[in-house]
Amino acid sequence: MIRNWTFTVTALLLVTLGMMTATFLATSLRGQAQTPDTQRSLAYFDRIAPVLQHPRCMNCHTSTDFPRQGDDSHPHIMNVKRGAEDLGTAALQCSTCHQKANSASGVPGNEVWHLAPLRMAWEGLSAGDICRSLTDPAKGGMTYERLIAHMATDHLVAWAWQPGNDLAGKPRSTPLISHGDFGQLVRDWVASGAACPS
Amino acid sequence: MMLSRRNFLFGASGVTGGIVLGSAKVLAQVAENSDQIPEITVWVAIKPDDTTLIRVARTDMGQGIFTALPMLVAEELECDWSKVRAEYADTNRNVTSGKPFGNMVTSTSISVRDSHEYLRRAGAQARSMLVAEAAARWRVPIEDCTAGNSLVSHRPSDRSFRFGELAMAAARRLVPENVALKAPDQWTLIGTKVRRHDALPKVVGAPIYASDVDLPNMLHAAVAACPALGGKQRRFDAGPVLRMPGVTHVVPVGDTAVAVVARSWWQAKKALDRLAVEWDEAPAQGSTTDAMQQQFREGLDADDIASGHAVGDVEAALSNAARLLEAEFEVPHLAHATMEPQTCTAHVTAGRADVWAPTQNGEGTTAVVAATLGLDPSRVFVHKLHPGGGFGRRGLAQDWARMSVQIARQVDRPVKMVWSREEDMTHDYYRPMVVARQTAGFDAEGKLIGWKVRLSGSSIAASLSPRWLRDGVDYALMDGFSEEDFPYACPAFQVACARRDTVVPVGFWRGVNLSQNGFFREAFVDEMAVMRGLGPLEFRRELLADNARALDVLDTCAERAGWGKAETGRYQGLAIVEGDHSWCAQVVEISLEQDAIRVHRVVCVVDPNFVVNPDITVAQMEGGIVQGLAAALYGRITVVDGRVQQRNFHDYPFLRMYEMPRIEVHLVPSLGKYGDQWGGIGETGLPPVAPALVNAVFAATGRRFRSLPLSLHDLGSEQ
Amino acid sequence: MASFVVNGTTVLVDVDPDTPLLWVLRDHLHLPGTRFGCGAALCGCCTVHVDGEARRSCLLPVGDIEGRSVTTIEGLGTDGLHPLQSAWLEVDVAQCGYCQSGQIMQAAALLKAIPQPTDQDIDDAMTGNLCRCGTYQRVRQAIKLAAFGSIDGVPR
Repeated sequence: MIRNWTFTVTALLLVTLGMMTATFLATSLRGQAQTPDTQRSLAYFDRIAPVLQHPRCMNCHTSTDFPRQGDDSHPHIMNVKRGAEDLGTAALQCSTCHQKANSASGVPGNEVWHLAPLRMAWEGLSAGDICRSLTDPAKGGMTYERLIAHMATDHLVAWAWQPGNDLAGKPRSTPLISHGDFGQLVRDWVASGAACPS
Repeated sequence: MMLSRRNFLFGASGVTGGIVLGSAKVLAQVAENSDQIPEITVWVAIKPDDTTLIRVARTDMGQGIFTALPMLVAEELECDWSKVRAEYADTNRNVTSGKPFGNMVTSTSISVRDSHEYLRRAGAQARSMLVAEAAARWRVPIEDCTAGNSLVSHRPSDRSFRFGELAMAAARRLVPENVALKAPDQWTLIGTKVRRHDALPKVVGAPIYASDVDLPNMLHAAVAACPALGGKQRRFDAGPVLRMPGVTHVVPVGDTAVAVVARSWWQAKKALDRLAVEWDEAPAQGSTTDAMQQQFREGLDADDIASGHAVGDVEAALSNAARLLEAEFEVPHLAHATMEPQTCTAHVTAGRADVWAPTQNGEGTTAVVAATLGLDPSRVFVHKLHPGGGFGRRGLAQDWARMSVQIARQVDRPVKMVWSREEDMTHDYYRPMVVARQTAGFDAEGKLIGWKVRLSGSSIAASLSPRWLRDGVDYALMDGFSEEDFPYACPAFQVACARRDTVVPVGFWRGVNLSQNGFFREAFVDEMAVMRGLGPLEFRRELLADNARALDVLDTCAERAGWGKAETGRYQGLAIVEGDHSWCAQVVEISLEQDAIRVHRVVCVVDPNFVVNPDITVAQMEGGIVQGLAAALYGRITVVDGRVQQRNFHDYPFLRMYEMPRIEVHLVPSLGKYGDQWGGIGETGLPPVAPALVNAVFAATGRRFRSLPLSLHDLGSEQ
Repeated sequence: MASFVVNGTTVLVDVDPDTPLLWVLRDHLHLPGTRFGCGAALCGCCTVHVDGEARRSCLLPVGDIEGRSVTTIEGLGTDGLHPLQSAWLEVDVAQCGYCQSGQIMQAAALLKAIPQPTDQDIDDAMTGNLCRCGTYQRVRQAIKLAAFGSIDGVPR
């Protein structure tokens, strides 16, 4: 019991420290050119990119006026539309069908099921372009702090690792690395200078 | 916990649905209890307040006969239509009292065309009894009395009786044998737009469907049949599931399925999903769609192929032909996917079974229930309710009724069985898969001189009613090419079919064998037209030169559609099929948008000879067209080792609002000009759609797609 | 136990919180007007309103609507028929009718959001509601009749 408690505290401390470091580095790096860590940072992003480009992420970061579905990223069945606020159309909202959690029927769900805004579309972008868009304010990019929080703790992002079964009852595929590893990679990537492939 | 109470009383609907939230459970009544109401004839009972109950022996699954059949009776009865209520005829009475309601089957678009005469007679008989009663009371000659608007009047003395005042006594009179029926030009109700009887309950959510049945002490059952068609249930472990909330029973259903019974359906379904069942799927091993296709194709050249309709010597004609055209066609299995999944409620007690059924065939349900339980049919009471869609699924195929009583006999309370959509999709009686090869020969001038049709596919008769086979041959497999319904003039013609039955059960699906044969024939006619050097319309006109009725329908359709005058980027296709004695031509107009088919418009002209309710007839055409389009574009059931691969509407898509073309229906009833036979309308709208669509796709792409659905083909690149 | 409001009345139902609202309505509250079609939000037969918005009740856990307000087809018309229900009768939309509760509830959500919808609005809003009888043309006409007073959407 005590051992577990100690472990938890230690873990929390480590996470906090990590985030502080990342925040510090991110803040200090902004606006700077290359860093000596570029090589390492690019290596981190090489492992991040397949997660971002995984259908679980790409299907909602579309450049279309509709969401996509499945590992083949086909257009959402029944001609479902994005709508003005990325939440579906006026009367056929994402939440008309998608509930707060995955349904046993195979319909996925999450607290606020929605599409990434069009300015955050990754569809059709190279890994490098996706990378640059992450922090490009014009593309809805986030501060490093927000980006780390989004990737590591956002409820809908976390869904990509808990996507449930599809309508055929088969488990949906997930990114090849765990969400925890992914969050750490993003932190490491930021800490090492957040370099993007050309 | 009495929460609220809403009562719906439906004007002319005959439906009294009371819903009491949270307290008493009230059973939906499609039929009012008419036991105490004076029955003039078996078909007509009239209350003292003139409310007129007209019995309907067939089933309304959306095709409108709950309105159309009473219209036939009311036309002769001369009652006030606003006082008419429809109710289902009592199946048990038909079984035990010498079939007073005649044939209760609802298939092959038969309701109106088969019963219009005796229903009009029934109306005339009841009217004449009411008139005779009035005349007797007034002591005046019958000839001086007239009936109209639910009144019998004696003009000379300006007196009248309401039907309701006469009914009790009229009911004791002898039913006259000979009554005269009005000529069609005397009809005042038939042929007019009359609202559907059951429209109101359907828009307020009244409990009119079989799955709405709610009986005191009723339990709910979820079922799972062997996932492989033709497989068996070996054993299951009820223990853990029996401890789940609400679960009361876990029972075998025959030797093929298992059911969980619980206080609510969701509890039953949840438990069923956790139930460990061992299935025996061995009988279905190797039964895959690909293998079946191969097996069927081999049937085209097999020794056991059986000849049907033949004219002249087709082999000689083909061998003398200057040019030959040969093409193979293919259609897949299709599911019914009725909007309401299969359901039935049963209460089985010693020596009696009550069944609340969405049946297309009340007597068929009676027979299956009686045989399953070893009861005399007279001890089976089938309470008919509206099916939420039928399309042929709930007629001869009574698996759901059998399973319902197999469950209920093991439970001492009423049990409502509802299938999940997945269960429904994977355990259907599918539209048969069929392959065809057609060969046509043309002389040096390009004239058609021989046409040979070879079909190979599964037989519905073999699946559901083997006694319909003649020497093992299912002649219905050749519908559309038969002596009765092959319309084209060709000096030498022959059709033959090979029966290839598989583990996949097949059944009646809207249009039945015409749903594929109409496609084969009309798509090939367009191909032949090219060989003949004529357009699709001109070539059909040449082959139908001696068929004035067909030409009328064809020409009207071409005219209404603006045949040959489609705007730029739009392409038209044409087809004509006679089904159930109604002639139907359609022009489908499409465009291609990024190599995807967009159907813009379907023009449909139909001649059913007589039309009882024009708006319902139009609606049936609309429905048949939508179902036919969905099938032609997307419909395909496939099987791997006996397991149906499609499970729900995501992988067995149906047409949706955004894909809906504008449908224009024109009714051209020929009113006896070409004969007395009335035509059906329930299925007539479907067969022409698929060929008209692929013919339009040819116009757009220059390519022939001979297998359905079109979604299998890449319109952009395939040769 | 789950507690919420149905058609203006508070209900308390003894069910597992993961029970879909559909089955609570049908089997526990005896309101069968909301239909079961697919169980996977693919057909729209089970459409109800939760706090005024369209929801597919077949996969909406009743535990997620604690205290919220549900309207079903039985409660849509507050004073007689809803204008859509009247339009549905006028156009004689229904064939088998099984999907029509859901069609009407979905259309009511559309008209609430967009009182005078375009054809595109109708396509977008109604695309989740299947009709196996193929009544779509009349569904569109009835929505326009309710919204514009004429089936072709040309205001009278």
